[in-house]
Amino acid sequence: MIGDQVEISIVDIKGDQVKLGINAPSQVKVYRREVYTAIQEENRAAAAASPERLPQIEGLFDGPSGPPEGPKKEKA
Amino acid sequence: MKVRTKPYGEMEISDRQKISFPRGIFGFEELREFALLDARQAPFYWLQSLQRVEIAFVLIEPHFFRPDYTPDVEPAELQEIGIDSPDDMLVFAIVTIPEDSSRMTANLQGPLLINRRSRVGRQSISANPRWAVRHIILEELALAKRGA
Repeated sequence: MIGDQVEISIVDIKGDQVKLGINAPSQVKVYRREVYTAIQEENRAAAAASPERLPQIEGLFDGPSGPPEGPKKEKA
Repeated sequence: MKVRTKPYGEMEISDRQKISFPRGIFGFEELREFALLDARQAPFYWLQSLQRVEIAFVLIEPHFFRPDYTPDVEPAELQEIGIDSPDDMLVFAIVTIPEDSSRMTANLQGPLLINRRSRVGRQSISANPRWAVRHIILEELALAKRGA
């Protein structure tokens, strides 16, 4: 079992080949594909934007309290 | 080395800025070599494809506006790029900027994870249902500041 919804079974063995069966509720597979597709589309939308849009938000992050403390800038 | 970039034209980068994505990223699986650049506008970065100059992504570190963020990806995906502990990795979200740039969003469901030592990365899908493909950065940043 993988988790409590996905079951892997050995369907057949011939020599050194093993045939596996995968039993999963269809909604599990649909969820992963939908998420993958949504991320693909979002990536494409992100890649399409022109760099000129970025300068427009300059200064929006500045303020009396500044941005919240984040991880170190150092990227090793 | 000199590279051509979408936002800044030709520029000089160091080897440390080169990141490999052996599986590309979703929808761009053939793009394997990128340069990670600081954007002129903090706190953003650019992930510039070294194969197609017109493909470049704006990135942000999720902790900047969601201090509570953890990628929550399958351990096997971390192992694939040699990450043994959270200290080994950089986490970025791809930013989508619409016409009204104040509505820009970050994809927290599909974070980019990069091994900071080997400079190898991948895009993963978070198992945590809290994270969506579009988080409105400025709204969540305001909430985070209020909570601090």
